Amino acid sequence: MDIELLTQILFAAIKTGTPLLLVALGEVICEKSGILNLGQEGMMLMGAVVGFMAVVATGSLGMGILGAVLIGSLMSLLFGFLVIHIGANQVATGLALTIFGTGLSAFIGSGVVGQTIQGFKQLPIPYLVDIPVIGPALFNHDILVYSAVLACFILAWIVNKTRIGLTLKAVGENPHAANAIGIKVLRVRYLAVMFGGAMAGLGGAYMSLVYTPMWVENITAGRGWIALALVVFASWRIGNIALGAYLFGMASILHLVLQGLGWSISPNLLAMLPYVATVVVMVIISADHFKEKLLAPRSLGKPFDPRQMA
Amino acid sequence: MSATNTTTDNTPRLALANITKQYPGCLANDHISLSLEPGEIHALLGENGAGKSTLVKTIYGIVAPDKGTIFWNGRPVEIRSPAHARDLGIGMVFQHFSLFETLTVKQNIELCLTPAQLHEIGDLAKRIRELSDHYQLNVDPERYVHSLSIGERQRVEIMRCLVQSVSLLILDEPTSVLTPQEVEGLFRIMRTLSAEGCSILFISHKLNEVTEVCHHATILRGGKVIDTCVPSEETPNSIAKMMVGDLAEQDAGYRKAQGTKPVLVSKGLSLSAKQPFGTSLKNINFELKAGEILGIAGVAGNGQDELMAAISGEDGRPLANVLFLDGTEIGRANAGKRRRLGLTYVPEERLGRGAVPEMSLTENMLLTNHKPFVKHGWVNWQQAKSYTQGLIERFRVKCHGDHSEARSLSGGNLQKFIVGREIEQEPKVLMCSHPTWGVDVGAALAIHQALLELRDQGAAILLISEDIDELFLLADRMGALCDGHLSPIVATESTSIEQIGEWMAGTFIDIEAANP
Amino acid sequence: MEIQKRKEPSTLMTFLSPVMAIVLTLIFGSILFLALDKSPLQALHVLLIQPLSDAYNISEMLVKMGPLLLCAVGLSLCYRANLWNIGAEGQLLAGALGGSAMALALIEFDSPLALVATLVAGILSGMVWAAIPTFLRLRFNSNLILTTIMFNYIALYLLVWAVHGPLRDPDGFGFPESALFSDATTLPVLADFGRVHLGVLFAFLAAIGAWIVLSKTHLGFQIRVLGADEPAARYAGFNSRRISWFVMLVAGGLAGLAGVAEVAGPIGQLTPVVSPGYGYSAIIVAYLGRLHPMGAIIAAIFLAVLYMGGDLAQIEMGIPIAVVGMFQGTLLFFLLACDFLINHRITFTKSSFKG
Repeated sequence: MDIELLTQILFAAIKTGTPLLLVALGEVICEKSGILNLGQEGMMLMGAVVGFMAVVATGSLGMGILGAVLIGSLMSLLFGFLVIHIGANQVATGLALTIFGTGLSAFIGSGVVGQTIQGFKQLPIPYLVDIPVIGPALFNHDILVYSAVLACFILAWIVNKTRIGLTLKAVGENPHAANAIGIKVLRVRYLAVMFGGAMAGLGGAYMSLVYTPMWVENITAGRGWIALALVVFASWRIGNIALGAYLFGMASILHLVLQGLGWSISPNLLAMLPYVATVVVMVIISADHFKEKLLAPRSLGKPFDPRQMA
Repeated sequence: MSATNTTTDNTPRLALANITKQYPGCLANDHISLSLEPGEIHALLGENGAGKSTLVKTIYGIVAPDKGTIFWNGRPVEIRSPAHARDLGIGMVFQHFSLFETLTVKQNIELCLTPAQLHEIGDLAKRIRELSDHYQLNVDPERYVHSLSIGERQRVEIMRCLVQSVSLLILDEPTSVLTPQEVEGLFRIMRTLSAEGCSILFISHKLNEVTEVCHHATILRGGKVIDTCVPSEETPNSIAKMMVGDLAEQDAGYRKAQGTKPVLVSKGLSLSAKQPFGTSLKNINFELKAGEILGIAGVAGNGQDELMAAISGEDGRPLANVLFLDGTEIGRANAGKRRRLGLTYVPEERLGRGAVPEMSLTENMLLTNHKPFVKHGWVNWQQAKSYTQGLIERFRVKCHGDHSEARSLSGGNLQKFIVGREIEQEPKVLMCSHPTWGVDVGAALAIHQALLELRDQGAAILLISEDIDELFLLADRMGALCDGHLSPIVATESTSIEQIGEWMAGTFIDIEAANP
Repeated sequence: MEIQKRKEPSTLMTFLSPVMAIVLTLIFGSILFLALDKSPLQALHVLLIQPLSDAYNISEMLVKMGPLLLCAVGLSLCYRANLWNIGAEGQLLAGALGGSAMALALIEFDSPLALVATLVAGILSGMVWAAIPTFLRLRFNSNLILTTIMFNYIALYLLVWAVHGPLRDPDGFGFPESALFSDATTLPVLADFGRVHLGVLFAFLAAIGAWIVLSKTHLGFQIRVLGADEPAARYAGFNSRRISWFVMLVAGGLAGLAGVAEVAGPIGQLTPVVSPGYGYSAIIVAYLGRLHPMGAIIAAIFLAVLYMGGDLAQIEMGIPIAVVGMFQGTLLFFLLACDFLINHRITFTKSSFKG
């Protein structure tokens, strides 16, 4: 394999992994508070379409990002109201969010299909970009790629080193006990869910503003679900999420690699690869039931009703 | 703050005046008044459902009273939240602990402190070590809570209050999870705190403890204050009369029985923990004989759940050549097969395991007793219904009828239903976990008598309970579980509470290791 | 306003909740149509009334109802057992693919057995597609939701690959379509005024069968216990693996039947687009029907009307077809919200209006 190809593969893997990373970072915070939000796919799609439409309307990429983040948190607020306040089933509500987001994004986006915009520019990091092979692969990306990496470090610090992280873990492990010592469980969960929504919106915007950049129905093609699997794969650890996201990015572009190597395999079969990889990884990770139970937030998916305390 | 904290001679630390709390269908607290002096250890006594929990939750700011006033150091206060209660200097140790197992001791304590308090303390770990030495709590700030024993966790909870320099400590049934020896340690801590001026509200229904350590007692029944007394001037018996009323039937001593042939045999049962933070079973040996009740004592979390799951088959992992039911090897049979071989089971959790909360009593009867009502896979609902009606009548289950949902029944009535359902299948072996936990006196008596009757008909009963008194009352032979080890089994008449207490603390394990 | 927990869940609200959800969805939809400058009354008429206006439209509606109901009955069983099978879409596609392969292999074989073989192949393919995630869940404890979703995507790409590759009609000028099935492997049409085929009848039979299983048999009872309270099922000694296998295979088989009935029925050949998302919509049908097979019939009719109406609205009013998916999501949201009232009571007291 020649060096040029290696650089291209690394570059593409990071670019492909970035939306997964953004979404998974949001979801892991949400899950650490004990809420499982299966609506990632729907929120991503809404983020993608609203971000794209905002850019079409205003010509400003910043407005696109803002719109995507806002719509993502708005949708997660809807989800949060149902599961946190009303105690609706988290799995069903998450699915509803995905179905809703898929339908609504296709509906409102039907007018902008086929339009093109100017996506984010690449921002090479001086000096580092000149390193052979890895320089152009790692240090010649757009601002969102760098931001995602930065977000990893910030979130890892918040979760592991600060009182906010401690509170988040406490709520996710035992909301009743957290309530008893005076932590505002519902508020923590709302904030965590909304953060998850904002990140999903951002991940979606990455698809429509950077990755393609354009809007078509179902542009995310299951990435929201893969991000959910990624959280399990990473055992709810931020560092592992980054690693996992880029590995999945690599798996997703494997067909490009094989084509580059001159193998002729039907693109339709190769398109299955990320999904097959997800299943394989899930099987390997979950086989150790004991470990998964130890690492997963203890109250994940279970409703908490402070009214029942008495 | 400091001005109000300096209490004059006759200002009580805490005074309650006419506290009233109404829940739908239940008046939990009915004009309750009481007061605590600085340094006083005050017992709050009462049966389950007497209103103790609601009252302490009111004091700790979890429940808002409908009526009445709380005076703190002489001033009326409205305690809005647990955080506010802690701000005032009120700490509480819950019956079911509110610790986070995945965090360390220090992190657990940190979560309860405001940033200002944290700043004031400075080095939290150091402060924890100092307090630990002073009160002999033996708490290491860096350990993860999941690695601690129940007794250690309780001391962490107490530590959490001490770090905040509480002047009132509420202990909600603190001794129910401790071995007799650990209880002594707790009393020592309580006396030290009391001598330093900290008031303690001690909730219990164990009367000998109350007479031993408390200065005053308030007795609740049906949400009302029935009586107050100075425990040192009373006997456990006289207090018991105040608690349950004169009319209550008391369990008399029962005749002990001699078992015949062994029906349930465990030979060297060892099983690793299935759940994180669970207990592994280590070389469990016993023979349960027909016509006897074998009682197993032990503090919760020492392998009781794991042992029951292994015997019932719920654990699901095959075991070779260790479990025998009436001579048949059952280690590889699933739970359904074991039931068909004559093993029935009254589990600890009534709702959510012993009965499906949102299903009717008929459906819950069918849950384990399906054999007579299912032909070729089809359920004869009519027959099941009429049998259930009879079951309800025979065991005097108070409910609206066979269509009532399990969750609409009171704990005692549901327990009578479950016990009845399991007994009427005429089992060879009945396993029973905490059969009268949280059950009123009348229902407990009925359940005791039903178990003894079953024993006298020749069934073998394995009884697991945390209540030593109940075990001494019912069991013909006894042993204790500690950390997954089972002690030797002895006849109840030839042992004592002290010996069983030592076994609960694991004294037999070293001896066993010395003579393998 | 005061919220109280009910002592027992309200049966009335259990049935009223879907009705309330539908009404709220229609109100929401009307607002949306207003925002789009379309007459809400006309839009709702086209969406909901016109599909039922004549025999032909009703028969088309029933054709859409068939796969929805077949999938939803299977999903209802799974959800009753607390198994989150989201894979009806993939199982449907697998059924369509497997059935097509059989139908094309038997294209020269003129016998009623050819149709039976085609249907069986479809059912078995759906079962296999459900069996893999079930096995992974029971053996390796992998998350059923995520694996079934992944298998939906895998099935989709497998189908697209097949229709571009091995199953493409050699005489089809390179179009990604299979050859038309022979008459022997095409489902008979039940009435002369439309395309209502045998598959629709299967759907009704499946719903009735599932209802009998759930309410009259011990197996159905075990399914309900497992879903309501897993520790109780374990305590009672029910074989949860066997129950899981049963509901998942039935769901996979029914979805597979839905898939093969589409290609061997109204479509008549394998194309890249077999389903407009029936497998996902069936989740909503199952919920709207209260996870009850009889309820699923009513719910499936409602969603089929919506699908029909969506087509008509696109043709007649230029409303994007995506409105159907959006209505479905909104409906499920409102339903989940209204279900709050099953276990809670809201009372309005005077004091609440003061502030």
